[in-house]
Amino acid sequence: MAFISVKDVVIEFIKYDESGHPASSKKALDGVSLDIEKGSFTAIVGMNGSGKSTLAKCLNGLLLPKEGSVSVDGMDTKDDEHIWHIRSRVGMVFQNPDNQIVSSIVEDDVAFGPENLGIEPAEIRRRVDDALKKVGMYEKKDKGAHMLSGGQKQRIAIAGAVAMRPECIVFDEPTAMLDPAGREKVMEIIEELNADGITCILITHFMDEAAEADRIIVLKKGKIAADAAPDELFSDPALIEELGLDLPPAIQLRDKLGLDKSVNNIDAIADAIRQ
Amino acid sequence: MIRDITLGQYYPGNSVVHKLDARTKIIATFLYIVELFIVNNFRGFLIAGIFLFLVIGLSRVPVKFIFRGLTAVFLIIAFTFLINLFMVDGRILWQWKFLSISYEGLNRAFFMAVRLVLLIIGSSLMTLTTKPIELTDGLEKLLKPLSKIGVPSHEIALMMTIALRFIPTLMEETDKIIKAQQARGADFESGNILRRAKALIPILIPLFISSFRIAQDLALAMEARCYHGGSGRTRMNEIKFHRGDAIAAVLMVASLAVIIASRYI
Repeated sequence: MAFISVKDVVIEFIKYDESGHPASSKKALDGVSLDIEKGSFTAIVGMNGSGKSTLAKCLNGLLLPKEGSVSVDGMDTKDDEHIWHIRSRVGMVFQNPDNQIVSSIVEDDVAFGPENLGIEPAEIRRRVDDALKKVGMYEKKDKGAHMLSGGQKQRIAIAGAVAMRPECIVFDEPTAMLDPAGREKVMEIIEELNADGITCILITHFMDEAAEADRIIVLKKGKIAADAAPDELFSDPALIEELGLDLPPAIQLRDKLGLDKSVNNIDAIADAIRQ
Repeated sequence: MIRDITLGQYYPGNSVVHKLDARTKIIATFLYIVELFIVNNFRGFLIAGIFLFLVIGLSRVPVKFIFRGLTAVFLIIAFTFLINLFMVDGRILWQWKFLSISYEGLNRAFFMAVRLVLLIIGSSLMTLTTKPIELTDGLEKLLKPLSKIGVPSHEIALMMTIALRFIPTLMEETDKIIKAQQARGADFESGNILRRAKALIPILIPLFISSFRIAQDLALAMEARCYHGGSGRTRMNEIKFHRGDAIAAVLMVASLAVIIASRYI
């Protein structure tokens, strides 16, 4: 069975007018079904308002579907009994690095998750040190969080999720507010975590980041518009355009040069150009 | 520039005073304040003052930093001094029109001023030698017994932690809003005090809105990290009493006894 299984999920946001009556409603997700396998690396892309972040929040029960169901390792997110168990197994990193750091001191913030799980102090210390080393921020462990750059803060937020030892981490546009150097480092860490066996789900705007995943799911107006491996998706530029997405720069170059559409990754394109 | 602000007024150090448990320092400061109100003559203040400066010496915090705290409240001290000086009746020493200074008034004015100065130095010594985060942890532990009668000790401590954490973030946000409004031609510098106060509205409203947005984001992030209240929560750094805390406790009790005795000498 798949690690995370999403079945026919519908999420509806209802706007209320001033007197409290429903004025309008919008389906952010409209019958989405997908399975995420353990250890996989999935990217979820789509235009603004396509429902990517809403889907992300469904995966660990921050949002509960009105219709349909989401289950993590066989546990339904609607089940109150399992909700903390689910959240300890599916960690989450958000877009704004500033708004997800709880404590002023780096290591205290990383310890926040394990502390909530009620783990022994010595074990928390071990996990915090491991997590900080993993994201390369161990030297800054007793620094103030407000002294760090955006990219460093985001690495602390990732360490905060890693310290809970989750099986899966959902990254909700983690690089959207970072500079190029910060983006690159965060992507490197995500790939390393995936190599360590953590299931990664990356919500992103950047197609070159999505290209690093094993699988890309494209959302459009709350529905799954495409679900394919990057190679497969990028061999069909017409489809990409229709979905309102950009091709990664390397693929754009490929098409400008009129190379074969079956050449799909950066190394292959570089080889083709050299010839 | 706004990034470099220091939180609270912590003076980093490694002295015996720095190493004391935050709880010891909170209780000691509280006891010290009580002592200052027990004192009823200048001899008592002399003892309390000597005791305080011994502790300052142990803490190795430069005296310059200690007195910096006083400049902020200088007005309050001066005001208290003047009120006592002119308002207390007794043997007249000096008179000019409706103003008069009595012997008792002079005595009382100095007495109150010394009390305030010692009080402020004593309590700023605590914040100078204790990290804000340790203070909130200590407070949480101290208030814990009160949670049985419904005092939300964990929530109070968490609120303080988050408030401290978001001071720099909100300052950056304010900076951004001020610049954005200035770019749109807002004028914060000219006009009388009323005009200037009014000019703050376009800063305050966006700041409020953005702080609510931050709160919402943070609540979501905390939930995603399994936060579900204080029950069943452990701490990475368990605070523990050491031998130094026992010595400090003995010293505090001794100083209390001496101060009480000073009333009767």
